[in-house]
Amino acid sequence: MSLISAPITYLDHAATTPMVPEAIAAMNATMLEGGNPSSLHASGRRARRRVEEARELVAQRVGARPSEIVFMSGGTEADNLAVKGLYWARHHADPARRRILASAVEHHALLDPLTWLEKAEGAVADLIEVDASCRLDVDALRAALERDPSDVALISCMWANNEVGTVQPLSEVVALAAEHGIPVHSDAVQALGHAPVDFADSGLDAMTLSSHKLGGPTGVGALVVRRELDAVPLLHGGGQERDLRSGTLNTAAITAFAAAVDVAVTRRDEESRRLEALRERLVAGVRTAVPDAVVNGAGEPGPTHRLPHVAHVTFPGCEGDSLLMLLDAQGIECSTGSACSAGVPQASHVLIAMGMDELAARGSLRFSLGWTSTEADVDRLLAALPSVHERARAAAKAGRR
Amino acid sequence: MRYLDAAATTPVRREVLEAMWPFLTGEFGNPSSHHGLGDSAARALEGARRDVAAALGGRPGEIVWTSGGTEADNLAIKGLALSRPRGRHIVTSSIEHPAVLEACDYLARLHGFRVDRLEVDASGIVDVAQAERLIGPETTLVSVMLANNEIGTLQPVAAIAEIAHREGALAHTDAVQAVGSVPVDAAALGVDALSLSGHKLGAPKGSGALWVRRGLALEPLVHGGGQERGRRSGTENVAAAIGLAAALSLAVEVTPGGPRPRGPVEALALARDGFVRDVLAGADGAILTGDPVRRLPGHASFCFPGTSGEAVLLGLEQDHGIVCSSGSACAAGSDEPSGVLLALGIDPEVARTAVRFTAASPADLDGVAAAVVEAVRGVRSLGD
Ligand SMILES: Cc1ncc(COP(=O)(O)O)c(C=O)c1O
Ligand SMILES: Cc1ncc(COP(=O)(O)O)c(C=O)c1O
Repeated sequence: MSLISAPITYLDHAATTPMVPEAIAAMNATMLEGGNPSSLHASGRRARRRVEEARELVAQRVGARPSEIVFMSGGTEADNLAVKGLYWARHHADPARRRILASAVEHHALLDPLTWLEKAEGAVADLIEVDASCRLDVDALRAALERDPSDVALISCMWANNEVGTVQPLSEVVALAAEHGIPVHSDAVQALGHAPVDFADSGLDAMTLSSHKLGGPTGVGALVVRRELDAVPLLHGGGQERDLRSGTLNTAAITAFAAAVDVAVTRRDEESRRLEALRERLVAGVRTAVPDAVVNGAGEPGPTHRLPHVAHVTFPGCEGDSLLMLLDAQGIECSTGSACSAGVPQASHVLIAMGMDELAARGSLRFSLGWTSTEADVDRLLAALPSVHERARAAAKAGRR
Repeated sequence: MRYLDAAATTPVRREVLEAMWPFLTGEFGNPSSHHGLGDSAARALEGARRDVAAALGGRPGEIVWTSGGTEADNLAIKGLALSRPRGRHIVTSSIEHPAVLEACDYLARLHGFRVDRLEVDASGIVDVAQAERLIGPETTLVSVMLANNEIGTLQPVAAIAEIAHREGALAHTDAVQAVGSVPVDAAALGVDALSLSGHKLGAPKGSGALWVRRGLALEPLVHGGGQERGRRSGTENVAAAIGLAAALSLAVEVTPGGPRPRGPVEALALARDGFVRDVLAGADGAILTGDPVRRLPGHASFCFPGTSGEAVLLGLEQDHGIVCSSGSACAAGSDEPSGVLLALGIDPEVARTAVRFTAASPADLDGVAAAVVEAVRGVRSLGD
């Protein structure tokens, strides 16, 4: 072993991605400035101005109005506010509304509050199936909706899936919901920066954003929410963010988040092409190295089908955890699924919903690319893969004997 | 500029930013990821958890990271009350921060809790005898802050917690303003939960923690990835946690007798006393709000009857470069007189003339009294 540690090949950008220099600069500039945006004096006003400029920038880049941006601590909180806050408001307005329709492949940040509402408050979660490529079954959604539209509080469908990268047929979801006047929320955490996300065009009522997935700092995000929509807040207090989210505004992080959104959206076209080409190289190389590897998710490229930066691969006869560890030992970092459930020896609910059997689901890896990724990163993975794969397969065989 | 609004927020300390820096750049891993970068982020997070626990007199497993003081208060109150509602009765004080009052109000509106607010005396100290009467076998939770943000008054939290426990209720305290300024030892206070916010201590906004006694059930507010052992989901903000730990280590010394503030607390209180004396002597009719002795060391709050608080603030900022506030930052800009001051029995007209000075070091107060006296006179002469 060399004494100098090998450079890390980071292929886990969907878990979190390093901050872009623009975000670091913004954070650095505002962090030491101080000032509470709610204070009236000059440093308070300056902090307030930073927040409002950030709000305008984010709004502009995601096709929303500034007043529709509610800053909070991240994607998980935003999903929680969307699910619980909208459910509470809609359910209180009409107690018959107890049902929430959501895709079966949502992130835990969305599914867990749903489950909690079922357990704690008697809500009914209706999870809509997806096809083998992870795309929502719109007919199933229609059937579920039309069973009784009057008892539906909310529909939530993610823009794109975090594990396999499949983009959902949101416009069809929105059109269906509109027939019955039901609000639609979408978790766009993985999509922003990788797909053309425009809140006004989408027809959505609420949308979740997270900063650390697109080159901003961790601990900040936003719920984009139409002003007419009522929501019961999760956090009560000083009444910040038009009473939807109390708590001193996190000025530096918000400023850096906005800088990252700006970069991610303005460079999206070019960056998507670059990442798509890298992904192509990765997928082709994996198929050569491991001919029986299966690439999951939507096959066709393009922003209405799948994200350009995620490649999800099943390696038959292997344990994903073994592959992960063996790659990690060589300085190659990827994941077996979403970071949140990584480490829990459980097959991903997303893969199971796609109809994969438990064994295949456990033998899968997610490679996700980002702004620091290069051909050299992909090539290091491809160079390591044959021997890693051989060892993982041998270990699995030995384990089964 | 002389910044005398430390109770609203403090700038991030350079050492804190330096401690955070690696985690904002190269060490960017997600602590839930199972690879090298993820593991090192997870290790750093646990180190920060140990430091924060030690600085509060608790154990690492008792710290839940939050996005700030507001979330910590909400999590404590809703989380404890909803996981063990008992007789659905909450006792708090009439001078809590909105993060506590509004969380209690939410429980009243949507979960059928009865909420009693303890009265305070003219100096802002809660009525312990009333607490004895109100807290009973029905009581779910008692929440009384350690130090008030507007008037700096320190509360008899240990006595309140003892009453709560005698009746089988839980006790929470909002220690956001107290930590770093007065000794705060969660175990010695006898409370079950304690809230903390980073940006009052030189850590960034968006950092905070709830200390919650081991073994207590806590209904989460945010569900999802299951981080923080399910008590607070969401990708952990490692840099913020590191920042909070660094700021706390700079502000609090862990001694065999418990955590103590490192700062020049006595000197600060002495300088504050001199400042108060000079202002009261120089500005006719000025009154000190809150308790003259049982208060945060760097905290001086006044009413200047016959002026407008906002006008005094403006005069101080424009003519003297002194930055202070009219009360809590959250309520800034609203015309409503402060609920805290009304609870002290102060007339609404007088309450509208409130000005608060919160200093971090004795030198911050040098020469300020004369400027205050001048500003108050200036505003009064305009009114004539
Ligand atoms: C699709 C999706 N939604 C929500 C989240 C949670 O966001 P955050 O990490 O900001 O809490 C993630 C990432 O973990 C995600 O991938
Ligand atoms: C006593 C008290 N509690 C809670 C808070 C809220 O903390 P944060 O600003 O971190 O949300 C504050 C400050 O605003 C405070 O002074």
